Amino acid sequence: MTQLILEQALNGLQFGLMLFLLAAGLTLVFGIMDMINLAHGSLYMVGAYIAASVAEQSGSFVLAVIVAIGATAIIGALLELAVLRRLYRRDHLSQVLATFALILISNEAVRMVWGDQPVMLAMPEALSGPVEIGGFMYPAYRLLIVVVGVAAAAALYLLVARTRLGMWVRAGASNREMAQAMGVDVQRLFTLVFAIGAALCALAGALLGPLLAVQVGMGESILILAFVVIVIGGIGSVRGALVGSLIVGIADTLGRALLPTLLREVVPLEIAASLGPALASILIYLLMAAILFWRPEGLFPARA
Amino acid sequence: MSFYVESRRRRYAAAVVLAGLVAFPLLAQALDQGFYVSLMSRVLIYALAATSLNLVLGFGGMVSFGHAAFVGLGAYTVVLLTSAGVVSAWVAWPAAVAVSALAALFVGAVSLRTRGVYFIMITLAFAQMLYYLVVSLKTWGGDDGLPLAARNVVGAGIDLKDDANFYYAVLACLVAALLLVGRLIHSRFGRVIQGIRENETRMEAIGYPVFGYKLACFVIGGALAGLAGALLVNQTGLALPNQLFWTQSGMLLVMVVLGGVGSLYGGALGAAALLILEEVLAGYTIHWQLGVGAVLLAVVFLAPHGLAGLATVMARRRHG
Repeated sequence: MTQLILEQALNGLQFGLMLFLLAAGLTLVFGIMDMINLAHGSLYMVGAYIAASVAEQSGSFVLAVIVAIGATAIIGALLELAVLRRLYRRDHLSQVLATFALILISNEAVRMVWGDQPVMLAMPEALSGPVEIGGFMYPAYRLLIVVVGVAAAAALYLLVARTRLGMWVRAGASNREMAQAMGVDVQRLFTLVFAIGAALCALAGALLGPLLAVQVGMGESILILAFVVIVIGGIGSVRGALVGSLIVGIADTLGRALLPTLLREVVPLEIAASLGPALASILIYLLMAAILFWRPEGLFPARA
Repeated sequence: MSFYVESRRRRYAAAVVLAGLVAFPLLAQALDQGFYVSLMSRVLIYALAATSLNLVLGFGGMVSFGHAAFVGLGAYTVVLLTSAGVVSAWVAWPAAVAVSALAALFVGAVSLRTRGVYFIMITLAFAQMLYYLVVSLKTWGGDDGLPLAARNVVGAGIDLKDDANFYYAVLACLVAALLLVGRLIHSRFGRVIQGIRENETRMEAIGYPVFGYKLACFVIGGALAGLAGALLVNQTGLALPNQLFWTQSGMLLVMVVLGGVGSLYGGALGAAALLILEEVLAGYTIHWQLGVGAVLLAVVFLAPHGLAGLATVMARRRHG
């Protein structure tokens, strides 16, 4: 039982870190420009598809991840310059409409290039086996995801907390007008932030590709989870996004693994069998509703 | 142009459109194009759903991102009642309305404590909860959904299995809903909720129970969405969890914004425009979503107040 919990906790950590890669970009876009970008999940999808194609052509997983990150960052920057930049001053509704349109367009574009069927993205051969950690076996590839996720989170933390660029970003998130008045070129900063967000999306897409199906619509379900994360963490706060991601990732994974078993202890088997999965899948939404109810600004509000 | 001339002209336009809609099945059958009757039923059902969202969004000022949940709940209520032997539309449809209204009462009571983006997200969260609940309940069919054995029965010699009869039932529901919403927004209640939309603090200071008014508006919107759900499942013959997924709520929002936020016919206009555009594009290419996306983007940038706003601007321009 302990081993099961430990293994599932590691899975949860892995899922949470991947969520963080998506949520970090989303929370900055949301925090600085007060912009709802539903098309963020599409960048994740595009990143996964590009990685799958490059891996297929070259046979190198590392090359695939690098190309996916670079290409998606460029796509993100172009998207910002061409469309999103015009939306910052509009109300949330127009942003929802326009970025919803972008989802339709990118889904169809992906379908035109790669076809309707899910695409395979094979994990690197060397990492397909299990490794032993602390007395139990764990898939090596999942461990790699945890390591890369931690590294990416650390790099992002250093970028935001220790560099001039990060200072501008934080200034923009806490008060955009004031940052602008102090001479920060918010427009250029934002194109950059958007490109970084897109790159993180691609990293998550490429890493999760071998575990989940690379298919049209993969961005839509994970996008909502990323929104849940940033609302829990506090919009605009990267630290909040990290904490929110870990909470959501671990709660969701542990809930799915343990709730059906736990329920069997208290209610009849038949009810537990159907109630368990249902309860597990709505757990994080309950969590978010509860947090919004008691702390409407999230756990780490960016605007004090 | 004075308000009264404009409103009279609008009433004429509505009467002409209504006459056209009444004549539509006769025309379609005369031309042997019965397929279009069923397509138009779908359009009218979504027009009803979008109108209900527009009441909440356009007049109440609440950006609800979970409206599809109330539509889906109505659909599931009708299927579950029908399989339990309750086939009468006079029982099943009001029951769908009541269930959705109750759900909206609960969701609204919790969500309306938050504001702005947080309200958007919490309504979304509730809709997603319902979606996952439906997907994981095996007795509710899970991913495959629940089929409706046969369309509901209205009696009086009218058989809804006939597509034209069903079309008229849908049209009657839509017209009734538009009349209700039209009366509502010009009533005292409507003035108050529009006042709240413009300035909540001021209305509160004047002494209106803001929370209660907003909740009432949210519940009426949810109830009408339940009716749309009841009609939808009668049209498609299947209640699907996908009808509750957030992309469906997004689609309804798109319809309202496309048609015109806070305009009586905005929801209906947007639903008709979007579904007909889809149908036309799908006739030319399998990549029709690309075209729909491009048109939506164009609307955001070229017609910020939706199609209804565009019509007003053009009318103003023509009449100086």
